Amino acid sequence: MELTEFIVARFNYWIYIVLMMIGLYAMITKNNLIKKLIGMSIFQTGIILFYVSMSVKTGATIPILRHDEIHPSAHFAETAEAHGSGHLAQDGGESTKTPAFSASSIDVDAYANPLPHVLMLTAIVVGVSTLGVALAIVQKIHREYGSLEESEILEQILFRNG
Amino acid sequence: MADQSPVIILLAPFIGAVLIGFLAFTGGRLIPSVAVVSLGVAVAASIATLVQFAEFGEIIYLLGNWPRPFGIEYRVDGLSALVVTMITVVALITALYSRTAVYHETPDKVPYFYILFLLLVTGLVGITLTGDAFNLYVLLEVSSLTSYALIAMGPGRAVFAAFKYVIMGTIGASFYLLGVGYLYIRTGSLNMVDIREQIVALNLYGSESILVAFMLIMVGVWIKMAFFPLHGWLPNAYSHAPTTSGCILAPLVTKVTIYIMIRAMMTIFGVDFVFTQLEWSGIITWMSVVCIIAGSVLALAQTDLRRTLSYLIVAEVGYMVGGVWLANHTGMVGAIYHILSDAFMTLCLFLAAGIIFSRYGHCRIKDMQGLFRKMPYTMAGFSVGALAIIGVPPTCGFFSKWYLIQGGMEAGHFGFVFALIFSSLASAIIFFRVIEVAWFEPFSEPGHEHQKSESPLIREAPISQLVSLYLAGATIVLIGIFNQDLIAIISESVRGFGLLAASG
Repeated sequence: MELTEFIVARFNYWIYIVLMMIGLYAMITKNNLIKKLIGMSIFQTGIILFYVSMSVKTGATIPILRHDEIHPSAHFAETAEAHGSGHLAQDGGESTKTPAFSASSIDVDAYANPLPHVLMLTAIVVGVSTLGVALAIVQKIHREYGSLEESEILEQILFRNG
Repeated sequence: MADQSPVIILLAPFIGAVLIGFLAFTGGRLIPSVAVVSLGVAVAASIATLVQFAEFGEIIYLLGNWPRPFGIEYRVDGLSALVVTMITVVALITALYSRTAVYHETPDKVPYFYILFLLLVTGLVGITLTGDAFNLYVLLEVSSLTSYALIAMGPGRAVFAAFKYVIMGTIGASFYLLGVGYLYIRTGSLNMVDIREQIVALNLYGSESILVAFMLIMVGVWIKMAFFPLHGWLPNAYSHAPTTSGCILAPLVTKVTIYIMIRAMMTIFGVDFVFTQLEWSGIITWMSVVCIIAGSVLALAQTDLRRTLSYLIVAEVGYMVGGVWLANHTGMVGAIYHILSDAFMTLCLFLAAGIIFSRYGHCRIKDMQGLFRKMPYTMAGFSVGALAIIGVPPTCGFFSKWYLIQGGMEAGHFGFVFALIFSSLASAIIFFRVIEVAWFEPFSEPGHEHQKSESPLIREAPISQLVSLYLAGATIVLIGIFNQDLIAIISESVRGFGLLAASG
């Protein structure tokens, strides 16, 4: 019973591990170079699932703070007045230096954390470019050896060496 | 201007790469010069950074002026200042060498080669400067992707070696990324210093996530640095790559990865976690003993000069990993000093091997009869590198081994001391075998049985290549002579890690 709960409660983490192992298996055992690259892609996608599932927050919204939420209404009116009376530049300079809200006034649980998602955008870009370089290399291998099967390529290498 | 020097080191090669991209459309005889100039600027900026560090201590450069936990910062301490200077100087020397070699070996890909070359330097410099764990991953992939392409430009078997490197390198980088993810779960931070502060503040030493993160990052980094038995990709990749690629990759990539390992152990996790909480020091030092001995024995078994040198790199990786994991001050200082000296020793040997390769079309040791008479200047440079690897004073190889052996003695780890001495003897055998063939045996015209030889008349290397070879040789001797000053800087930054207390 406990074991099933342990597995079910974290099922997306289990899936990420399974995905990574599928990718690793393909990279190690597959004979065809393109299949190896598919494995590599699955391997990297597993990590993206890991990052995304650790940052899931139920009931949270996009992390944009509303102005009246940060500033208490009295202060809001005051700054609005200051803006109105033409001290815009001066006031603007001050307010960026000392933010008029404290961290405690924001309900952190109500907002999703954007950072892991942004990291994964970068990781996706890295993954795509790795795949691109790898496919270019595979193309060059095909031009050189006329085959994409690892065993045939190794045979040819042995043959050429003597 | 001086305040901006850390960022100029990174931007100079990057802007150089972009400029070459434009110059490629205009014929581009200027391309190698642009590369040399941009690397020259990078060298100047890195020396300025080193001087600034010596005067004011640790430099913190906030990109976009965001304060510590939010933005990405560049953090330059003694270790990164020295390593970054090493990278730029090695890159500049290689760029001087490259002109003839690149036009000779990859005539149709000159602009692409230089763009990749400069982007590789950008990635490596970024790795050493950054203080952000995720930024390090991105820059690690920048340097890896460019090195895959640089290797794949080689003839014949290089492409297949590059493919294997892609697979292994991606697994390594992915493990590193996963490790950073586990750190982020527990600490909510990506800044290296902030992660360590969070680990201390939240008392996470017993946490399983942190342990898993540490293991993943270590395994990832070991794959990238070709730590035996994860070295499978290295020998083929480095010995079949174009000679210029070999000259830039062999000295830098493994050393910078060792820098990442030290940075992760000392700055992200901290001495208390790595050496006091986990008692792995003994096991991993033994693994490095196996690495050194296996690397040396495999190097002995090779018949091709560049392959021999590639296996020696595997052995040298063992030196540095072992020195770091001895868990005492002297071992760590020795390992960091060895990063610097090994980069220039490897550079010198790969430059010489590259010159020989470009004249012969291959690097088989038994065919090198009479080389000393035909190419006396090249072989003189080669001998300096060889003596440094063996560890003859006053070259830097002697002093780095001295400190490593001293560290092994202090830790009471005689297996490591034995491995170092064994490896010195093995490299003595390797290089004296080369020198014996090249010095004593009479010259026989090569190429009569191999159609590959492109220049039937073996002659001395062009002056630009000799200059770079001698610059590398001179640096080896200079690092050796000024070892006291370097050790002083390294000691100072190692003291910042708090290792003295741990060694007791």
